[in-house]
Amino acid sequence: MIHAAGPYLLASVLVGLGLYGILARRNAVLVLVGTELLIAGGSLLLVTAGALGRDEVWAGQVLALFVITIAAAEVVIALAVVVAAYRRRGSIDLAEDAL
Amino acid sequence: MTGLDLAFAATGLITAAAGAIAVTTRQVVHSALWLVVALLGLAGCYLVLGAELVALVQVLVYVGAVVVLVIVALMLTRAPIGPRAEHSTSRGHRALAALVGAGTGGLVAAVLLPTAARVEVRPGGTAELGRQIFSTWVWPFELLSLLLLAALVGAFAVSGLTGEQAGEQPAKGEARP
Repeated sequence: MIHAAGPYLLASVLVGLGLYGILARRNAVLVLVGTELLIAGGSLLLVTAGALGRDEVWAGQVLALFVITIAAAEVVIALAVVVAAYRRRGSIDLAEDAL
Repeated sequence: MTGLDLAFAATGLITAAAGAIAVTTRQVVHSALWLVVALLGLAGCYLVLGAELVALVQVLVYVGAVVVLVIVALMLTRAPIGPRAEHSTSRGHRALAALVGAGTGGLVAAVLLPTAARVEVRPGGTAELGRQIFSTWVWPFELLSLLLLAALVGAFAVSGLTGEQAGEQPAKGEARP
Protein backbone atom coordinates (compact mmCIF):
# COMPACT_ATOMS: atom_id res chain seq x y z
CA MET A 1 0.00 0.00 0.00
CA ILE A 2 1.25 3.46 -0.83
CA HIS A 3 -0.40 6.86 -0.58
CA ALA A 4 -0.62 8.47 -4.03
CA ALA A 5 0.04 11.93 -2.59
CA GLY A 6 3.82 11.29 -2.56
CA PRO A 7 4.25 10.67 -6.30
CA TYR A 8 1.79 13.46 -7.16
CA LEU A 9 3.66 15.93 -4.95
CA LEU A 10 7.05 14.94 -6.40
CA ALA A 11 5.74 15.27 -9.97
CA SER A 12 4.42 18.78 -9.30
CA VAL A 13 7.69 19.77 -7.60
CA LEU A 14 9.65 18.52 -10.63
CA VAL A 15 7.38 20.45 -13.01
CA GLY A 16 7.86 23.63 -10.99
CA LEU A 17 11.64 23.20 -10.77
CA GLY A 18 11.90 22.44 -14.48
CA LEU A 19 9.91 25.52 -15.42
CA TYR A 20 12.08 27.66 -13.12
CA GLY A 21 15.21 26.18 -14.74
CA ILE A 22 13.93 26.98 -18.23
CA LEU A 23 12.99 30.56 -17.37
CA ALA A 24 15.88 31.56 -15.09
CA ARG A 25 18.89 30.33 -17.09
CA ARG A 26 20.85 32.22 -19.74
CA ASN A 27 23.11 29.37 -20.86
CA ALA A 28 21.27 27.43 -23.59
CA VAL A 29 22.59 24.05 -22.41
CA LEU A 30 21.32 24.71 -18.88
CA VAL A 31 17.85 25.47 -20.27
CA LEU A 32 17.90 21.85 -21.46
CA VAL A 33 18.58 20.68 -17.88
CA GLY A 34 15.31 22.36 -16.88
CA THR A 35 13.54 20.69 -19.81
CA GLU A 36 14.77 17.29 -18.64
CA LEU A 37 13.33 17.88 -15.16
CA LEU A 38 9.99 18.96 -16.68
CA ILE A 39 9.84 15.79 -18.81
CA ALA A 40 10.85 13.70 -15.77
CA GLY A 41 7.83 15.07 -13.88
CA GLY A 42 5.57 14.06 -16.75
CA SER A 43 6.88 10.52 -17.00
CA LEU A 44 6.69 10.09 -13.22
CA LEU A 45 2.97 10.90 -13.48
CA LEU A 46 2.59 8.31 -16.27
CA VAL A 47 4.28 5.59 -14.21
CA THR A 48 2.24 6.52 -11.14
CA ALA A 49 -1.03 6.36 -13.07
CA GLY A 50 -0.02 2.96 -14.45
CA ALA A 51 1.06 1.52 -11.10
CA LEU A 52 -1.81 2.74 -8.94
CA GLY A 53 -4.84 2.46 -11.22
CA ARG A 54 -6.44 -0.20 -13.36
CA ASP A 55 -4.22 -0.44 -16.43
CA GLU A 56 -4.79 -3.60 -18.47
CA VAL A 57 -2.50 -2.73 -21.42
CA TRP A 58 0.29 -1.31 -19.19
CA ALA A 59 -0.12 2.07 -20.87
CA GLY A 60 1.58 3.98 -18.04
CA GLN A 61 4.90 2.17 -18.19
CA VAL A 62 4.95 1.78 -21.98
CA LEU A 63 4.21 5.48 -22.52
CA ALA A 64 6.91 6.39 -19.97
CA LEU A 65 9.39 4.35 -22.06
CA PHE A 66 8.22 6.19 -25.19
CA VAL A 67 8.61 9.56 -23.46
CA ILE A 68 12.18 8.67 -22.43
CA THR A 69 13.04 7.76 -26.04
CA ILE A 70 11.43 10.89 -27.48
CA ALA A 71 13.25 13.03 -24.89
CA ALA A 72 16.56 11.47 -25.96
CA ALA A 73 15.85 12.36 -29.61
CA GLU A 74 14.83 15.88 -28.56
CA VAL A 75 18.07 16.39 -26.61
CA VAL A 76 20.17 15.28 -29.59
CA ILE A 77 18.52 17.83 -31.91
CA ALA A 78 18.59 20.60 -29.30
CA LEU A 79 22.29 20.13 -28.57
CA ALA A 80 23.06 20.09 -32.30
CA VAL A 81 21.26 23.44 -32.60
CA VAL A 82 23.15 24.81 -29.59
CA VAL A 83 26.54 23.73 -30.97
CA ALA A 84 25.69 25.16 -34.41
CA ALA A 85 24.62 28.46 -32.81
CA TYR A 86 27.85 28.56 -30.81
CA ARG A 87 29.93 28.09 -33.97
CA ARG A 88 28.04 30.85 -35.77
CA ARG A 89 27.71 33.43 -32.99
CA GLY A 90 30.55 32.52 -30.64
CA SER A 91 28.27 32.44 -27.60
CA ILE A 92 25.19 30.61 -26.32
CA ASP A 93 24.01 33.38 -24.03
CA LEU A 94 20.25 33.54 -24.57
CA ALA A 95 19.94 37.07 -23.12
CA GLU A 96 22.68 38.55 -25.32
CA ASP A 97 20.34 40.10 -27.88
CA ALA A 98 18.13 41.57 -25.19
CA LEU A 99 20.96 43.60 -23.65
CA MET B 1 2.94 5.03 6.85
CA THR B 2 4.12 1.83 5.22
CA GLY B 3 7.59 0.81 4.10
CA LEU B 4 6.80 1.78 0.52
CA ASP B 5 5.79 5.27 1.68
CA LEU B 6 9.08 5.66 3.52
CA ALA B 7 11.10 4.39 0.55
CA PHE B 8 9.30 6.75 -1.81
CA ALA B 9 9.77 9.67 0.58
CA ALA B 10 13.53 9.00 0.72
CA THR B 11 14.04 8.70 -3.05
CA GLY B 12 11.64 11.58 -3.70
CA LEU B 13 13.51 13.89 -1.30
CA ILE B 14 16.82 13.04 -3.01
CA THR B 15 15.24 13.73 -6.42
CA ALA B 16 13.65 17.03 -5.43
CA ALA B 17 16.75 18.31 -3.59
CA ALA B 18 19.12 17.38 -6.43
CA GLY B 19 16.76 18.91 -8.99
CA ALA B 20 16.58 22.14 -6.97
CA ILE B 21 20.39 22.34 -6.83
CA ALA B 22 20.65 21.52 -10.55
CA VAL B 23 18.50 24.49 -11.56
CA THR B 24 19.94 26.98 -9.06
CA THR B 25 23.72 26.33 -8.91
CA ARG B 26 26.00 28.95 -10.43
CA GLN B 27 28.52 26.41 -11.74
CA VAL B 28 27.38 25.08 -15.10
CA VAL B 29 29.17 21.71 -14.91
CA HIS B 30 27.81 21.09 -11.41
CA SER B 31 24.31 21.64 -12.80
CA ALA B 32 24.76 18.72 -15.24
CA LEU B 33 26.24 16.52 -12.49
CA TRP B 34 23.39 17.25 -10.06
CA LEU B 35 21.00 16.32 -12.87
CA VAL B 36 22.60 12.84 -12.73
CA VAL B 37 21.72 12.58 -9.02
CA ALA B 38 18.15 13.76 -9.67
CA LEU B 39 17.63 11.24 -12.49
CA LEU B 40 19.10 8.38 -10.43
CA GLY B 41 16.74 9.32 -7.59
CA LEU B 42 13.86 9.28 -10.06
CA ALA B 43 14.93 5.78 -11.16
CA GLY B 44 14.69 4.80 -7.48
CA CYS B 45 11.13 6.21 -7.40
CA TYR B 46 10.24 4.08 -10.44
CA LEU B 47 11.61 1.00 -8.63
CA VAL B 48 9.43 1.77 -5.59
CA LEU B 49 6.41 2.05 -7.92
CA GLY B 50 7.17 -1.40 -9.38
CA ALA B 51 8.41 -0.26 -12.81
CA GLU B 52 11.79 -2.00 -13.01
CA LEU B 53 12.15 -1.78 -16.79
CA VAL B 54 11.41 1.96 -16.83
CA ALA B 55 13.95 2.47 -14.04
CA LEU B 56 16.64 0.55 -15.96
CA VAL B 57 15.91 2.39 -19.21
CA GLN B 58 16.00 5.67 -17.31
CA VAL B 59 19.48 4.88 -15.97
CA LEU B 60 20.73 3.65 -19.35
CA VAL B 61 19.30 6.39 -21.56
CA TYR B 62 19.28 9.44 -19.30
CA VAL B 63 22.28 8.95 -17.04
CA GLY B 64 24.27 7.00 -19.62
CA ALA B 65 23.54 8.97 -22.78
CA VAL B 66 21.67 12.24 -22.26
CA VAL B 67 23.81 13.62 -19.43
CA VAL B 68 27.00 12.62 -21.26
CA LEU B 69 25.70 14.53 -24.30
CA VAL B 70 24.95 17.57 -22.12
CA ILE B 71 28.46 17.51 -20.65
CA VAL B 72 30.02 17.15 -24.12
CA ALA B 73 27.95 20.12 -25.32
CA LEU B 74 29.16 22.14 -22.32
CA MET B 75 32.74 21.27 -23.30
CA LEU B 76 32.18 22.15 -26.97
CA THR B 77 30.71 25.54 -26.05
CA ARG B 78 33.61 26.24 -23.64
CA ALA B 79 31.49 26.52 -20.52
CA PRO B 80 33.31 28.40 -17.76
CA ILE B 81 34.55 26.33 -14.81
CA GLY B 82 33.73 27.93 -11.47
CA PRO B 83 31.02 30.39 -10.47
CA ARG B 84 30.53 33.21 -12.97
CA ALA B 85 28.28 36.06 -11.92
CA GLU B 86 28.17 37.93 -15.23
CA HIS B 87 26.32 35.11 -16.99
CA SER B 88 23.55 34.77 -14.41
CA THR B 89 20.18 36.44 -14.70
CA SER B 90 19.12 39.42 -12.61
CA ARG B 91 17.44 39.02 -9.24
CA GLY B 92 14.08 40.25 -10.55
CA HIS B 93 14.24 37.83 -13.48
CA ARG B 94 14.90 34.92 -11.11
CA ALA B 95 12.11 35.99 -8.75
CA LEU B 96 9.65 36.15 -11.65
CA ALA B 97 10.80 32.71 -12.89
CA ALA B 98 10.41 31.29 -9.35
CA LEU B 99 6.90 32.77 -9.19
CA VAL B 100 5.88 31.16 -12.51
CA GLY B 101 7.49 27.84 -11.53
CA ALA B 102 5.87 27.76 -8.09
CA GLY B 103 2.52 28.80 -9.58
CA THR B 104 2.54 26.06 -12.20
CA GLY B 105 3.78 23.42 -9.76
CA GLY B 106 1.15 24.49 -7.25
CA LEU B 107 -1.55 24.32 -9.93
CA VAL B 108 -0.52 20.77 -10.88
CA ALA B 109 -0.47 19.77 -7.20
CA ALA B 110 -3.88 21.40 -6.60
CA VAL B 111 -5.39 19.38 -9.46
CA LEU B 112 -3.76 16.06 -8.50
CA LEU B 113 -3.75 15.99 -4.69
CA PRO B 114 -7.55 15.87 -4.13
CA THR B 115 -7.66 12.62 -6.14
CA ALA B 116 -4.89 10.99 -4.06
CA ALA B 117 -5.83 7.95 -2.00
CA ARG B 118 -4.14 5.01 -0.34
CA VAL B 119 -3.95 2.29 -3.00
CA GLU B 120 -2.24 -1.01 -3.68
CA VAL B 121 0.88 -0.90 -5.88
CA ARG B 122 0.74 -3.34 -8.75
CA PRO B 123 3.73 -5.71 -8.58
CA GLY B 124 6.19 -5.36 -11.43
CA GLY B 125 6.06 -7.80 -14.30
CA THR B 126 8.62 -7.33 -17.03
CA ALA B 127 7.40 -10.38 -18.96
CA GLU B 128 3.86 -9.02 -19.22
CA LEU B 129 5.21 -5.53 -20.05
CA GLY B 130 7.28 -6.96 -22.91
CA ARG B 131 4.25 -8.88 -24.20
CA GLN B 132 2.20 -5.67 -24.18
CA ILE B 133 4.92 -3.67 -25.99
CA PHE B 134 5.09 -6.21 -28.80
CA SER B 135 1.33 -6.75 -29.12
CA THR B 136 -0.75 -3.70 -28.18
CA TRP B 137 1.96 -1.07 -28.66
CA VAL B 138 3.95 -2.59 -31.51
CA TRP B 139 3.21 0.09 -34.13
CA PRO B 140 4.09 3.08 -31.93
CA PHE B 141 7.19 1.13 -30.87
CA GLU B 142 8.27 0.63 -34.48
CA LEU B 143 7.59 4.29 -35.25
CA LEU B 144 10.08 5.20 -32.51
CA SER B 145 12.89 3.70 -34.59
CA LEU B 146 11.95 6.04 -37.45
CA LEU B 147 11.96 8.94 -34.97
CA LEU B 148 15.47 8.03 -33.79
CA LEU B 149 16.67 7.78 -37.41
CA ALA B 150 15.16 11.20 -38.15
CA ALA B 151 16.86 12.63 -35.04
CA LEU B 152 20.21 11.21 -36.16
CA VAL B 153 19.93 12.65 -39.67
CA GLY B 154 18.59 15.93 -38.30
CA ALA B 155 21.47 16.29 -35.85
CA PHE B 156 23.98 15.82 -38.67
CA ALA B 157 22.15 18.30 -40.89
CA VAL B 158 21.81 20.97 -38.20
CA SER B 159 25.34 20.71 -36.81
CA GLY B 160 26.84 21.55 -40.21
CA LEU B 161 28.92 18.40 -40.58
CA THR B 162 27.45 17.68 -44.01
CA GLY B 163 29.56 17.32 -47.14
CA GLU B 164 29.23 20.78 -48.76
CA GLN B 165 30.19 22.82 -45.71
CA ALA B 166 33.00 20.46 -44.75
CA GLY B 167 34.29 20.93 -48.30
CA GLU B 168 33.93 24.73 -48.15
CA GLN B 169 35.88 25.32 -44.99
CA PRO B 170 39.24 23.86 -46.13
CA ALA B 171 38.86 25.77 -49.39
CA LYS B 172 38.65 29.07 -47.48
CA GLY B 173 41.66 28.08 -45.39
CA GLU B 174 43.67 27.35 -48.53
CA ALA B 175 42.70 30.63 -50.16
CA ARG B 176 43.89 32.71 -47.20
CA PRO B 177 47.68 32.17 -47.48
